[in-house]
Amino acid sequence: MSARSSSPASVSARDRLGDVVFRRLAIIAGVVILVALAAVAIFLIAQSIPAFLADPADLRGEPESFWHYVAPLAFGTVWAAALALLMAIPLSIGIALFISHYAPRRLAQPLGYIVDLLAAVPSVVYGLWGITVLAPSAVPLYIWLTENLGSIPLFAPPASGTGRTVLTVAIVLAVMVLPIITALCREVFVQTPVLHEEAAYALGATRWEMIRMTVFPYARSGIVSASMLGLGRALGETMAVAMVLSPSAIISLAILTPENPSTIAANIALNFPESAGLQVNALIATGLILFVITLVVNSIARAIVSRHERALESR
Amino acid sequence: MLDSRTALSALALSLVLGVSGCAVNELDREILPGTLVGTLDGAGSSAQSAAQEAWIATAQNANGGLTINYEPSGSGAGREAFLAGGVDYAGSDSALSTDELAGDFGACVEGTTGIDLPLYISPLAIIFNIDGVDRLQLDAATTAAIFRGDITRWNDPAVAALNPDAQLPAATITAVHRSDASGTTKNFTDYLAQAAPEVWQADAGDSWPYGGESAQGNSGVVNAVANGLNTIGYADASRAGDLGIAALQVGEEFVEFTPEAAAAVVERSPFEEGRAENDLAITLDRTITDPGTYPLVLVSYVIACQQYRDAETAELVRGYLSFVASPEGQAVSAEFAGSAPLSDGLAARVLDAIGSIR
Repeated sequence: MSARSSSPASVSARDRLGDVVFRRLAIIAGVVILVALAAVAIFLIAQSIPAFLADPADLRGEPESFWHYVAPLAFGTVWAAALALLMAIPLSIGIALFISHYAPRRLAQPLGYIVDLLAAVPSVVYGLWGITVLAPSAVPLYIWLTENLGSIPLFAPPASGTGRTVLTVAIVLAVMVLPIITALCREVFVQTPVLHEEAAYALGATRWEMIRMTVFPYARSGIVSASMLGLGRALGETMAVAMVLSPSAIISLAILTPENPSTIAANIALNFPESAGLQVNALIATGLILFVITLVVNSIARAIVSRHERALESR
Repeated sequence: MLDSRTALSALALSLVLGVSGCAVNELDREILPGTLVGTLDGAGSSAQSAAQEAWIATAQNANGGLTINYEPSGSGAGREAFLAGGVDYAGSDSALSTDELAGDFGACVEGTTGIDLPLYISPLAIIFNIDGVDRLQLDAATTAAIFRGDITRWNDPAVAALNPDAQLPAATITAVHRSDASGTTKNFTDYLAQAAPEVWQADAGDSWPYGGESAQGNSGVVNAVANGLNTIGYADASRAGDLGIAALQVGEEFVEFTPEAAAAVVERSPFEEGRAENDLAITLDRTITDPGTYPLVLVSYVIACQQYRDAETAELVRGYLSFVASPEGQAVSAEFAGSAPLSDGLAARVLDAIGSIR
């Protein structure tokens, strides 16, 4: 490294063995991930074609068409993930800000570790917590909400008697994605140039104004990226949703009822073991839809991030 | 030098594998040098998994040279693996369909088919958790109406008429069904469809046909019923734990579930017609009115070949399944999995069929 920077740029150094080996390894690593992705895509497409062409009467629940089968699942997947992010993002930003700018150092570091620790808890444990602790204890609240705010479509009655609703799932998912978003946000917030912060203070800004003027603009693309990573986890989460949710094949905005739209991943986990033949193809086809949803969501996130970065550069 | 080292490490590895392989199935019993030597692979029904584990451990202890692997991947997956020839036998909550019988069987001699052997009878229980109610009596029509959501309160006249002595609360009923596709649901809905066709208009199936509350697996339903209030659900009777179990109306009386009553209904149900001689698919008669029968049972099959491609596998399957169908085998599954032992008449018929495996 140091040898290279001291030599003139026009002289091309002869490749050493290490360079060759490392370059090859890097290329192989890059190719492997593409091949893996392609293999998954090919598998999904090939296996789902029979489901698209099939007589819908052979599918589980005998829907009118494959699209009637997959629509509630696709809706449920996005709906549960969106609700989860709605709760997790503000909270994560708050925690990250507290750790990076408000907490005394002695408190900030242990708190950071604890948040990271949350990320290491397996989803099946969150699922158990959801069904044994969260769901039963949320029932009285759900009943109160449906009785008093039932005119709002979100809280439409009847309330679930066991608390296994899409709101409970969203809370579990929010707790699961919280550490991911928090950890990334904290990293970005800490990176804010000290000169910016001090300039803001010099202009007479309070701490909150300083954060609004310097930290948030600097970290905006980081927050979006962190949220998208969290969204990815929420969209694909299987075990916790399968354990906690009380699913039905419906599309509904009510979040407290016994009948909730299921998610694609949970539906596959619940129905695959007892499926045979075409039913398996149909499940794989829903997997393809999830693949597409994830791809679209990620592309949108990338687009947002890159547009914002361009805007920052042009400033 | 290199060769001897490779050989040594290979030896060490096989020793480690061999030792760990033995350790898995030791039940503190002496390992006897039995007559069965070889390896069998099975897959399928997760309802059977506890029973299969117990059968396998006992069979392996009796036969030091025998290794049996059973993967509880689900009935559908098990049948698929068996049809493809990936496993030697399958566990399945439903018998082979006519479509499957018309196709190829990978493990069997060409032109021959698999046979269904009813070896695992599991009583299902309607479990409930109602404030102040210890005993609940239900008939099929009322059960169907409750699980469909037509009856929504516990003090509904239909429920009260069946339970004159109970203090039924004026609370909303939360009926919990399985959210995953399962043989338990299939047998429960089959009971409702047969015994209360005017209320339950859907066919039997392993997915729930109506709406309502649901939870994953037997344990999920039991958990939801136990943690909720004024709940009702259905699960394997062995999982009911401390929850109340409803008595079912059969004929004129209310029958509490017992293993004998569950086995009795299987004994008295006819074999499905139009099948090969040793293909013992049972058409359960859930409308039975004989006293002392409990029609809410799940029958799970072991599916084997009538004729295996190689004689050694056939011998192992015959040996293993003969043990499973024997009174000792059925006692083992009753102890460890809470199943109902086969009645003597059915056991004799199944043993005949197993004896015909070549």
